[in-house]
Amino acid sequence: MPDFIAEWLNQNDIFTAMTLMEYWDGLVTTVHLVFLSLVIGLLVAVPLAILRTVRNPLVSGPIWVYTYLFRGTPLLIQLYIIYYGVAQIPGIQETFWWEIFKEPLYPALLAFTLNTAAYTTEIIRGAILSTPNGEIEAAKAYGMNWLLRMRRIILPSAARRAVQAYSNEVIFMLHASAIASVVTIVDLTGAARNIYSRFYAPFDAFIFVALCYMVLTFILVFAFRKLENHLLRHQRPVNG
Amino acid sequence: MLDLKGYGPALAEGAVVTIELAFFSLALALTLGLLGASAKLSGNRVLTGIATTYTTLIRGVPDLVMMLLFYYGGQVAVNALSDYLWETRGIDFFFQFDPFMSGVVTIGLIFGAYMTETFRGAFLAVDVGQIEAAKAYGFSRWHTFRRVMIPQMLRHALPGIGNNWQVLLKTTALVSIIGLTDMVRVAEEAAKAERMPFHFFIPVAAVYLALTAGSELFIKWLDRRANVGVVQGN
Repeated sequence: MPDFIAEWLNQNDIFTAMTLMEYWDGLVTTVHLVFLSLVIGLLVAVPLAILRTVRNPLVSGPIWVYTYLFRGTPLLIQLYIIYYGVAQIPGIQETFWWEIFKEPLYPALLAFTLNTAAYTTEIIRGAILSTPNGEIEAAKAYGMNWLLRMRRIILPSAARRAVQAYSNEVIFMLHASAIASVVTIVDLTGAARNIYSRFYAPFDAFIFVALCYMVLTFILVFAFRKLENHLLRHQRPVNG
Repeated sequence: MLDLKGYGPALAEGAVVTIELAFFSLALALTLGLLGASAKLSGNRVLTGIATTYTTLIRGVPDLVMMLLFYYGGQVAVNALSDYLWETRGIDFFFQFDPFMSGVVTIGLIFGAYMTETFRGAFLAVDVGQIEAAKAYGFSRWHTFRRVMIPQMLRHALPGIGNNWQVLLKTTALVSIIGLTDMVRVAEEAAKAERMPFHFFIPVAAVYLALTAGSELFIKWLDRRANVGVVQGN
């Protein structure tokens, strides 16, 4: 180890092994929370996006209302409504749901999932609607029915067009997850807040955590760029 | 009728705080965005470097973390400066770094970075012929910027500004976390005291919804006006 790093480690009493472990646990919580809400959110969003493009307003209407409500209000309020609201549902404290929802992690997971599913639904819907008509006509000419067309033609082609916007949503979700610390979850931001209040050292505590988020963000950006290159390989210039 | 248990006036005041916060932040964000975009397009390597560092740093860090840093760190910095001035110069200087200020600074800085990208794209969308024409008329660089670039760029920037504004409006809710008594804070206190979360949070959510929906209509109207005289191919 270079001397100056060793010296710095000896001089500071904030970044000890103990606080670094706290940051690590926070990192694990953040990644866990964000990953789960993104995966569940995506699984919910795909069928919703398909139904949202159906012409029958009785089908697409309620989904529009859902995405409009969740995209038009702050995530913090959605989190508060779910976190404080669950306990107020009459009789819930006697059911097994209470065992799950009295942990703050699950209300936060629910709020994040509903929020990201709303945004993702609209992203995928946009991608589905912008499918070139010729592709759909060709599929019809081959005698594909609606389901087969959706599965083989429209969704794969929409996924390619959605990936750019979806990568933004993923990064947005990572950053938005910082508010989990408000409902007593010790995620990365929660760890930083604890360490700040223990040492009254705002710069050390928050700049360090900002760097952690930055590293996570750049990993995501890099991974999505790889994925995009992979998905859009067929559009690359011949000698590119 | 909705019974707000006497929290009605406080909620209304909180809503005003939210709107004020949003407008001040927007003003700062637009200024920074214009500066950032000009720096990125200036061709000066130092300026471009500064602007690129700014937008990259901002996009990597969550808004809440930045807000906490500015709020808690801002006060520590002010205290240190105050001590220093008192000890070395005997100047009595102190001010409280309040949540409103931290909120405006943070939200302004964050959305300034997004506005930079919006304005940059919009400037690039201005027809090169227009700039050449301005040069041919002997316009100075500043004159070209103000008389030709700005008016023609706005049309392209409007949709982006609109999107950023919608996100900005929702981001203001975070300032309740560092203790600003905006409507979210009031609702939270009321909900805890009365044990009625739905009763207080749903009206606040409705206000946000009304604000975003109203903004959407207003931006559409502005967009129509800005595009008068543009033939849109369909």
